[in-house]
Amino acid sequence: MIPIAAVFIVPLVAAVVLALIPVYRIAAWLNVAAALLTFAAALALLVWRPATPWHLLLVDDLNIVFIVLNTLVGFTTSVFSNGYIAHELEIGHLKPAHLRFYHAMYQVLMGAMNLALLTSITGLMWVAIELATLTTILMVGIYRTHEALEAAWKYFILGSVGIALALFGTILVYSVAQPVVGDGLPAMTWSTLAAHAAQFDPAILNIAFVFLLLGYGTKAGLVPLHAWLPDAHAEGPTPISAVLSGLLLNVAIYAILRFKMVLAANPATIAPGPLMMALGLISVLFAALMLYRRRDIKRFFAYSSIEHMGIIAFAFGLGGPLANFAGLLHMAMHSLTKSGIFFAVGHITRIKGTQKISAITGLTTSHPVLGWIFVACVAAIAGLPPFGVFTSEFLIVTTAFAQRPWLAVILATGLVISLGALFMRLNSIAFGEPSGDASPDRMSVLPVVFHLGLVLMIGIFIPGPVVSWFRHVAQLLG
Amino acid sequence: MSALAFDVSHFLAGTIVLLSLSLLYQDRLPPLINIFAVQSLVLALSIAWQAQTQGASHLLITAGIELCFKAAIIPYVLYRLIRHLKIHRTVETVVGIGPTMIAGMALIGLSMALMMRATSGIGEMAREDLAFALCVILLGLLMMVTRRNAVSQVIGFMSIENGLVLAATGAKGMPFVVETFVAFSVLIALIVIGVFLFRIRERFDTVDVAMLDRFRGERR
Repeated sequence: MIPIAAVFIVPLVAAVVLALIPVYRIAAWLNVAAALLTFAAALALLVWRPATPWHLLLVDDLNIVFIVLNTLVGFTTSVFSNGYIAHELEIGHLKPAHLRFYHAMYQVLMGAMNLALLTSITGLMWVAIELATLTTILMVGIYRTHEALEAAWKYFILGSVGIALALFGTILVYSVAQPVVGDGLPAMTWSTLAAHAAQFDPAILNIAFVFLLLGYGTKAGLVPLHAWLPDAHAEGPTPISAVLSGLLLNVAIYAILRFKMVLAANPATIAPGPLMMALGLISVLFAALMLYRRRDIKRFFAYSSIEHMGIIAFAFGLGGPLANFAGLLHMAMHSLTKSGIFFAVGHITRIKGTQKISAITGLTTSHPVLGWIFVACVAAIAGLPPFGVFTSEFLIVTTAFAQRPWLAVILATGLVISLGALFMRLNSIAFGEPSGDASPDRMSVLPVVFHLGLVLMIGIFIPGPVVSWFRHVAQLLG
Repeated sequence: MSALAFDVSHFLAGTIVLLSLSLLYQDRLPPLINIFAVQSLVLALSIAWQAQTQGASHLLITAGIELCFKAAIIPYVLYRLIRHLKIHRTVETVVGIGPTMIAGMALIGLSMALMMRATSGIGEMAREDLAFALCVILLGLLMMVTRRNAVSQVIGFMSIENGLVLAATGAKGMPFVVETFVAFSVLIALIVIGVFLFRIRERFDTVDVAMLDRFRGERR
């Protein structure tokens, strides 16, 4: 039970400690240490899965994938944040008091996300996701500029609407389960819900799922509920953009998947797949078209996140072992690649002193190492071989062609459109006459290289145990 | 369940919906806050009644929290806030009051038709409460989209939360979640909103979020 509890208790304890430490250098390293400890606990869960106490927590083959990914990216982001945040302090963007708040909130966010993934209670998951949302709202507003406040306010309003819809769905699921399994906690536990779902009233379950999909879909940034996402990514600190894109969106997808599994256990309900596929395809197309009009580099990649969330939702909506496998793989690859991209973007905006795409040119000339890493990152996210995103996208598209050719055509169109936008922007950012400051980058590129290496490795060769693991989870998802 | 118990809870839930509807057409902030306080008070009564009929004494704690915070402390804080900001005169509405009311009634009709038809499988009481709760939630959403003032958006949000509490207490025996999210709403209301409203004021000398729109979107 120790590793299970550690996965969310370590971050929460670290948050309290970090809130009390005034020296930011110590705090930044403690932040890294806490994230590493959490990752170690998650790895321990991988090999040794103890019985869960009080039935409040649950570790199964599905959520362990999410937890390991979450803690891994949480750790690398804390390493990146260590260098990034020192610079923010230097140039006076943030004051030491803000940094205390920032580090404490970072750990609260990690703890809340891990709790959301670990808990076996629908209500507790809702509370944890709400807590995670609240901390990110506060972090997005941390620079206190006009734009940051506007972004945070928009995020607050849309986020709370989404969270309200999700809670109503959660309550509906409870009230449909309560006549069958009785009062109290069992009617909110995943295992009980899935086991008895066949006896639930299908009509209410349908309505509940629509609310849950819209509610948690807002958190996942699916179009038309995405409006908060680009602003929040662009105006907050870059490490937070990386965590938002790489992790929080996944947690929301996880919530939808859990409820989808409950629905799948009841044959009389609507098939949740078409709803998810529709939202997914709309997101892909919309985001791909919107990519062309972006002038801000962080906003640009935020739209790319919407696109990839759309692809993931489409894959899980398509269902079946192969599409689920591809969806899981794509989710992992997107998390690693996109947080890596945000690390690289953090370096770039730091050097150039701007987020405007038009003001960033010739990166490969002025900073060859960073420039070529960035080129590789964009190639990876665009889905080019030999990176892992290519593998997963290829699987999704081919599966879709086999099952629903027309939808596959739409998906492939979206992918091609976004590819065009990515390369158009990459061309102007990476090549041409270098602009701005040519002073060397002092921050370590280790986190982004590490992410890129993992994505490359998966693209070339997926280790056998990982394949069988993902295949097993894909079967669970149905 | 006795007919009286059912009628009383039906009456209380109906009153909450009615108050939500009247939140829609208030064009000044003080009455808006008053009506929100009254709605919270009625909700506290309704929760207490549920505690009585379900024999669930822990719901009395929820009722107490609702009464203390949403019917007393938050309205008081909002009053102080609007007086401090000198904005206790008018509320701008984006859509006129007439269309908003018609939209509100349409939403009530929609949620009644949807929920009463679909929820035949669960208990009579929970069914009514869920239908009424959905009305309150949708009316709160409508209020949030038609208002420009940050304070009225916050009140809209908190009335949505009232609807959620109504739904959760109507579901028999729902564990510990009610307490946690009442605590949450207090947290949201006092920390986030308080901080934000003051910050917005500090920056823009107004709490009209339309002012924020000027800074919307991409920096050019």
